[in-house]
Amino acid sequence: MASLKELRARIGSVKSTRKITSAMKMVAAAKLRRAETRAAAARPYADAMRRMLAEVARSVAGEGGQPALLTGTGQDKVHLLIPMSSDRGLAGAFNSNINRTTRNLVLKLQAEGKTVKILPVGRKTYEFLSRDFADLIIGHRHLSASKEIPFSSATELGEQITSLLEKGEFDVCTLVYNRFQNVMTQTPTEMQIVPLALPENDNTENADVASYEFEPDEATMLSSLLPRNLQVQLYATMLETAAGENGARMTAMDNATRNAGKAIDRLTLTYNRTRQTNITNELIEIISGAQAV
Amino acid sequence: MSIKVKIVSPEKVLFAHDADMVVMPGSEGDIAAMPEHAPLMLTLRGGVVDVYEGDVVMHRFFVAGGFADIAPTHCTILADRALKVEDVSVDDAEARLAALEKSYEEADKMNVPALDILMDKIQSARAEIEAGQSAIPAMSI
Repeated sequence: MASLKELRARIGSVKSTRKITSAMKMVAAAKLRRAETRAAAARPYADAMRRMLAEVARSVAGEGGQPALLTGTGQDKVHLLIPMSSDRGLAGAFNSNINRTTRNLVLKLQAEGKTVKILPVGRKTYEFLSRDFADLIIGHRHLSASKEIPFSSATELGEQITSLLEKGEFDVCTLVYNRFQNVMTQTPTEMQIVPLALPENDNTENADVASYEFEPDEATMLSSLLPRNLQVQLYATMLETAAGENGARMTAMDNATRNAGKAIDRLTLTYNRTRQTNITNELIEIISGAQAV
Repeated sequence: MSIKVKIVSPEKVLFAHDADMVVMPGSEGDIAAMPEHAPLMLTLRGGVVDVYEGDVVMHRFFVAGGFADIAPTHCTILADRALKVEDVSVDDAEARLAALEKSYEEADKMNVPALDILMDKIQSARAEIEAGQSAIPAMSI
């Protein structure tokens, strides 16, 4: 059995761990709220963009020579995967879910005889994937060093993807990210972004109005809308990742705090029992000593 | 009769209000959205969006390119970057313009699409400087 001194030290260390985890929980909760606000603020643009794109795509539907971002390269050989994780750990299974989903996807695609390339976003998934698939990784970027994710980071990533497509480096691009369902649940999701699955046209505000005119013409419009739409989608997933990361961390730290509390209770009980046993033992020693005299 | 005007940047909704007329810098010339305008979608160049209530310019925004969706009852401007004209920083824009002009000098002159993009950015930075310089008289109107 551990000595009283050891037990006291253990209790002390678990108590300070609990302080840290509960502080991290508070911080994550505050950050989560901010991230959710930002995600909500970015939604109107994404909605309007989706409507416009659907409108333009409807009017060019059936015409040939459409941009590769919309229709793909016509092949299905080289897959580009973009897993998106957080930069920092201690967020429960948040990052390992992404890592596992990505690895399964890579193995599945390779089994089908496709070439796979990976462009990880976020430090955690990069570190994980560079152990197993170092030769498949064609570059990586971190989510964001600063507190807030600027739109420019999505722009840069989008431009990188677009230029890779123009060079014919890949045929299909899939994003693996954590979809933010609520604070407790983030589901790892695979979303194909190139070729684009066309959004439903939900432009009901003027459904009965004659169709749109475009200036410049539809094709030019489409070719400038598509890269922007890609960036907006990437931005939305980045914001979702940021919100999900903090949600997952909050849940994980809440559990950790509760477990630390339980451990403290258990240790305190052992400590008191040990103390009592020691006193009893000492008393027995004294009494039997007195009897012997 | 008025139209619902919305100016949205990727990060947030910048402005949402009713107005009588909106003048925006289309890539093929300025265009004004008024109530009962035929549905039109257009791309924007860098420039200033003027929101009119009556005959008065109530709000002025600088947009660095983007798209606009004009319909009989509403007008949505999706700006790549948007800010109030009062908030435009001429110094910032000038620094950006200098950097862009430098990269234009160094760019590969055969790569026409890349040059076009650079030209658009330069135009947008010039428009921003202009907007910033005009901000003070505009406020006194």
